[in-house]
This record gives sequence, structure tokens and C-alpha cells, in this order.
Amino acid sequence: MTRTVTLRLADIAHARSGDKADWVDFGLFAWNAAGYEVIAREVSAERVQAHFAPWLPGHVECWPLPKLLAVKLVLRDALQGGGARNLRMDNLGKAMAAALLRMTIDIGEDEWALCREQKRVGWWP
Amino acid sequence: MTKTVRIGSGLGFYGDAWEPVATSITRGGVQYVASDHLAELTLAILQKDRQRDPALGYARDLLPMLAQLWPLMHERGVKFVCNAGGLNPRGAAEALRVAFATRGWRANIAVVTGDDVLGLLQADAAEFPHLFNGRAVSEVRERLVFANAYLGARPIVDALRAGADVVITGRVADAALFLAPLVHEFGWKLEDAASATDWNRLAQGLCVGHLLECSGQGSGGNFGSLGAWQAIPDLAHIGYPIAEVEEDGTAIITKAPGSGGRVNFDTVRQQLLYEVHDPHAYLSPDVVLDMSTLALTDLGEDRVRLAGASGRPRPERLKVVGGFHDGFKAEVTWGFSWPDAWAKAQAAVAIVKTQLADKRVPHDELFVEYPGLNSAHGALAPLPQKLDELNEVWVRMVMRTQHKAAADGFGRLFPWMGLSGPAYTCGFHGLHNTGELLGIWPTLVERERVEPAVRIEVIAS
Repeated sequence: MTRTVTLRLADIAHARSGDKADWVDFGLFAWNAAGYEVIAREVSAERVQAHFAPWLPGHVECWPLPKLLAVKLVLRDALQGGGARNLRMDNLGKAMAAALLRMTIDIGEDEWALCREQKRVGWWP
Repeated sequence: MTKTVRIGSGLGFYGDAWEPVATSITRGGVQYVASDHLAELTLAILQKDRQRDPALGYARDLLPMLAQLWPLMHERGVKFVCNAGGLNPRGAAEALRVAFATRGWRANIAVVTGDDVLGLLQADAAEFPHLFNGRAVSEVRERLVFANAYLGARPIVDALRAGADVVITGRVADAALFLAPLVHEFGWKLEDAASATDWNRLAQGLCVGHLLECSGQGSGGNFGSLGAWQAIPDLAHIGYPIAEVEEDGTAIITKAPGSGGRVNFDTVRQQLLYEVHDPHAYLSPDVVLDMSTLALTDLGEDRVRLAGASGRPRPERLKVVGGFHDGFKAEVTWGFSWPDAWAKAQAAVAIVKTQLADKRVPHDELFVEYPGLNSAHGALAPLPQKLDELNEVWVRMVMRTQHKAAADGFGRLFPWMGLSGPAYTCGFHGLHNTGELLGIWPTLVERERVEPAVRIEVIAS
């Protein structure tokens, strides 16, 4: 029986957020295929909605994209009605992708080892 | 040899830098530059300009930008497409014509008009429900300041066919600025697209546009990650993305040799999904793109191959974005030093709330955040254990109100506290800073109520 480790999504993925009216959208990208297995399984609409709920209790939708090793997410009602009426300093939610990367997940140690050992798909000389 | 078209990214927003565009022209071998000056609410800024002066209402960076870039483009036969016309494409073209004529430069400048649908939204209260929440436009009709339909590639294609060197539009779908030169060069079917091949290559072209429309975000800028962004070289000299597109729509995304930034699988896909909702149905006026079939192949050396996009017939209706007056804000930021910095900031907020109540200041909310602690991630940001040992705490208080006078007076609730409030304060900002707030109204409009009024004019400088 393998032990589990608690990770932040930032440990296995990168992300960018964007705004459209009152909705913030997120692209969450695993660094490799092993990481994608993990995010496709762990990052569900329900889990992400629960993660944001203490701050922004909006509805979340989620689409896995296996060819891109990515998960696309949309969080509704996230910007106090929209960027130009949002009083927050981050009125467009540009830093919100990082808030997604704070989300924690529990995975097996062997799976975590695989995520670290597998090479990144991108060219990073 | 198969024909390829090289198209480069211009600006990604009103206020972006154009030095990287010069690099794409001089070292990137581009034949077209397409430049997106309009974010969702840029038209609101332009509307204020136009209120002050009816000759304005366009993105004014167009003039200094082309003053620098046009000689470089002209020498190489590069054509320029942009949506910098904003709310006044004719005004932008006229200003550009004068600027060119003064310098003795000759160019065919085309103007695309017909995206302004404010009159339609104001005229008929029963229609145009909010796309996200279904509410009726009558709720905000009196407060609308602009409403523009997102046009597609057609008028730009026609302008290029008419011999335009520079095309200036108002609101068009951002990616259509890039799709149009491809349709023009390759003779792709547009409204008459009928086969899967037709739709798929339009989808590829749209995807190219989507990857290039945000300038440096497509080549390693704003790369969100833990610990990877540092490996992206020389952001000070970032090269904006360039696409080399083949006749079937297959494209290589790259950037000018020797420029900074990074084009790889990771930076390209981060932009691919940016501002996308359902990735199986990315809507545009010209085609519906399904991104799930896309293959991004990292070729190394800042080259990524894009293939396999699936296209479906274009939507029946066009998207409209309107903006409406939605009250005012006024904000104050204030710093407190150790000791008890956190407690003193809390005390200051409590005093302001008391003042607002005592003086019966009409307001909808007082929003409070602590820059340096939680302004980026709100309740998801864990606060430090020993809050009262913090070196300093900054508090930002923002009042939302429907009354301009209340917003104007907000800053005056604070200065007396410099002598009579909590001690060791510093860096008060915000005595006079009333801001107008705008709500956004996304909706749909039938094509036949917009497209027949779209016009293209070509003027010569």
C-alpha cells in the first residue's frame, strides 16, 4: 500500500486565467502525461467549486482536454458583476489562476514520483 | 513550393508596446501585422474621449505606432489590419490620413464601419436579454453608453481585396483580424463554406488569430507557473508571436530570431485556452472552433506546429457587448506600521464605517482588502500566524455608491485621522479619485440587422 502525499496543483501544473463579463475562465496544464492523469481525475468541477467557495461561491464547469494535457474551467459570478464594476485590486481576475494553483490534492507517492520523473512535453532548454 | 503566409501579432491591447512589432517586421519576415487594440471594455474609455471631442473615440496609440512602423512596413510591402477605430473608425482613418499626408507618405487606408448597434438596443426594450443571466435590457437601457456587434472577417477581406494597405475597423472579433488576411491570401471559402475542409481550415485560421491576438501572452509573456517563468529568456526584448500558415491552415507558431520570450508547447497552450469557455465550441462570427481535436507539436527552437482544429458552421447570430453606467467608486489606500499594524488597520476600517453611518453617506458597499496580504486571493490567501508582528499592513477601502457627490467626498473622511486616529500611519492615497463604474451587457443580434449596414471605404493619403 503506497503512502499518499498532499500536493498543490502548482506542483504538477501551470495555469492562466481570463475574464469575460462576470465569469473567470482557467486553463490548467499538466507538465506531462503523468500529471495529466492526476489533474483529469482530481480536478473536477465539484472540487474546484469547493476550493473557491470560501471566497467566491460561484458555479464551476469543467472540460478535460487529453490532447492538450489540460483541463479548462469556468467559474461564474467571480468578478462582482464584471471587470469595470469590480472593486478588487485584481479587477480582471488575472491573479486568480494562481489561486487555483493553491488547491491541494492527495495522490499516491508512486504517482507523484512519476509526475516528477516524466519529462516536460514543452521545449525548455 | 507551397504558399505560406506569415502574419505577426500587433498590439494585444490599447497601451501595449510596439517595439516587438518592429522586430517582427524587420527580422521576422511578416507579410501582415494584425493589431488588437480593444479589450472587452476599451470602448467605455473611448466613449469618454468621444464625449469630450467627437473627432476622438478611437485608440490613439494607432498614430504614434504607425508613425514608427509604417516606413518599416512600406519598405517591405507589409499590410496592417487593426481594430483601433474603436467607436470612431472614420475618425481614426482621417487622423491617420492627415498624419501620413503631412509626412508625404502614400497609403490606401480602408475603414470598416457598421458594428455600432447602440440604437438597436436602445430602441427595442423587449429584446437583447443578457447572455449570462437572461435579464431584459430594459433594466439598463437608459444607462447604456455603447453597444457594438462583433463583426467577422468579411469586411476586412473585402478591404484587402480592394487594395488596402491599412485596414481600420471598430469592433470585430479579435481573431478575425488575423483570419481575414488568410482568407484573402488563400481564397478560403467564408460564408459559402460548405465542406468539412472549408470549416476546418477556417477553424485553423481562427485558432491562429486566437494565439496571436494577445501579443506577448502567446510567446512566453505572463506565463503563469510556480518556478518555470524564470526560465523564459529576455522578456525585456520579447518577440511577439508570428504564424507561418499553409494553404490547408496548418501553422507554425514562432517569433523573430534573436528576440526574447519563448514559444513552446506550454506557452502556446496557455494562450490557446485563454478567455475560452467551452473549448468544444469557441464561437466566432465566421466559424465555431472545436479545440479538443487540436494537436500542438513542439518542434523546439521556438517553433510549435498547430494542426487538427475542427470547424463547424458559424453561429446564426452575432455577439454584442454593451456597457452601461453602474454607479461610482472611490478608494483609499493607507499604511500602518508595527506595532499592532493589523489591529490598527482594522480599527481604521471600523472608524470609517462609523463615519459613513454617522454622516449617512449613501453607499451600496464598503469593500475592504489588504494589499500584500489578501488582495489577490481573498479568503483563499492564508494569513500569517503572528498578524500583530507584521512590519506593516496596508488597507484598501473602496466605496461603491450611486451618488457621485458621495464618491467625491469619500477621501475627506480620512485626513483628520492623521492626528486623531491610530498611530504610525504612512502613505495615504486617495483624497480625490472618484471612478465611474460600468456594467457589461453581452447579448446576441440577428446578422441581418447588422451586416447589411457594414460599409468599407478606401481613402488615399
